[in-house]
Amino acid sequence: MNAKRIKLPLTRERARVLKAGDAVLLTGVVYTARDAAHKRLIRLLDEGKPLPIDVEDQVIYYVGPAPASPGHAVGPAGPTTSYRMDPYTPRLIELGLRGMIGKGLRSQAVIDAMKAHGAVYFGAVGGAAALIARSIRKSEVVCYEDLGSEAIHRFEIEDFPALVLIDSEGGNLYETGPAAFREQAEEQTRKREKG
Amino acid sequence: MREIQASEIREAVVRLILEASCRIGPDIEAAIRRGIDEETSPAGSEVLRQIAESYAIARQERIAICQDTGMAVFFVEIGQDVHINGGFEDAVNEGVRIAYRDGYLRKSVVNDPMFDRVNTGDNTPAVIHARLVPGDRIRILVTPKGFGSENMSRIRMFPPAAGVEGMKKFVVETVAEAGPNPCPPVIVGVGVGGTFEQAAIMAKRMTARGVGSHNDDPRYAALEDELLGEINRLGIGPAGIGGATTALAVNIGFCPTHIAGMPVAVNICCHCARHAEATL
Repeated sequence: MNAKRIKLPLTRERARVLKAGDAVLLTGVVYTARDAAHKRLIRLLDEGKPLPIDVEDQVIYYVGPAPASPGHAVGPAGPTTSYRMDPYTPRLIELGLRGMIGKGLRSQAVIDAMKAHGAVYFGAVGGAAALIARSIRKSEVVCYEDLGSEAIHRFEIEDFPALVLIDSEGGNLYETGPAAFREQAEEQTRKREKG
Repeated sequence: MREIQASEIREAVVRLILEASCRIGPDIEAAIRRGIDEETSPAGSEVLRQIAESYAIARQERIAICQDTGMAVFFVEIGQDVHINGGFEDAVNEGVRIAYRDGYLRKSVVNDPMFDRVNTGDNTPAVIHARLVPGDRIRILVTPKGFGSENMSRIRMFPPAAGVEGMKKFVVETVAEAGPNPCPPVIVGVGVGGTFEQAAIMAKRMTARGVGSHNDDPRYAALEDELLGEINRLGIGPAGIGGATTALAVNIGFCPTHIAGMPVAVNICCHCARHAEATL
């Protein structure tokens, strides 16, 4: 497949041209965060305090990497299921968060926030963790070290393979992909019945 | 009475966890490779290709297949003519501790589900389902279970009138509603009958029965094939982006149940359906 090379940070202009179904190779910096880190970030916002990372035009990767073995910058690091972050995500998108990398469905509230603020949801292949880790060149903990794997890490990624799952206009590969397959299958059945 | 040292159990546990976590079973790898060629969706085929490549990297570099190295779930059959020198559960937990540390596996267990949620730091405690059986051997099956797919699992207490149709509808609906979340292509473990907890444990056991295997009862075996076909017509596809490969297997287990009931448990497992076993 022909993948588009995308440089991060992800400006609104770069995000706008991405369409659901596009294969991309992401290069630049992403921050990791899962359930526990999101909970802490939102608590800071509730308390009126600044976040430990500036999320504007940034991409958050939903991942809790395995420990790095000798000779590796990072351990296996595939995406975790995104819906668990849905209760927290619209607040971050309102602050300028431009992209998320994960897997699985998102809530309507997240999709609405993405459309309103021009954000993109990328998917990496769940369970392809050993392959994905090869595109992560460097990893360091930014904060919440006590959370271990769930700490916020700063990853430097190069040609990280992903797909645009939901674009900034609400185009959704999770709807169009399976629907296209079913239509194709129905078409074949019709042909068979005629023939 | 045969004597088995607790240290032998501990060492077997370490070996099995490392093997299961870093080497995908040949049955699953073959099914994924078949899918690359047979998948009608080019994007779906590319997903399967990435999965196969990732399996190969994990095997070569002896690293975990998936970063979610799961909770360590054990099915153990202990021969009643065995005497274990030392604590059995301690040996299993010590094995988990060593394997997750030395294998660079992620520690994914928290001490309390609702309040503290503090990581136990060593992936213990293990989840152990043990049975006493005739003989003087110990059979240990480990199946590390990730929670992307565990969270998509369900149980329902059906009345007997629901019958085969009720069961089929429930299984297909569970996979359909899980959609892309559990990392398809999935393995669907189904437990029918027994009590509430028995159905769930059977369903978990079925996720480790292997791809291409069938229930010995031809009626259940036919149902497995029928459900697999129906699930793969949903079109969810690899990674949920559309395609013909949504599930690699539907494995059904059944056991006697109450006159008033028909429990059905559906335990979904991601394509990384890791398991390894040994007999001591």
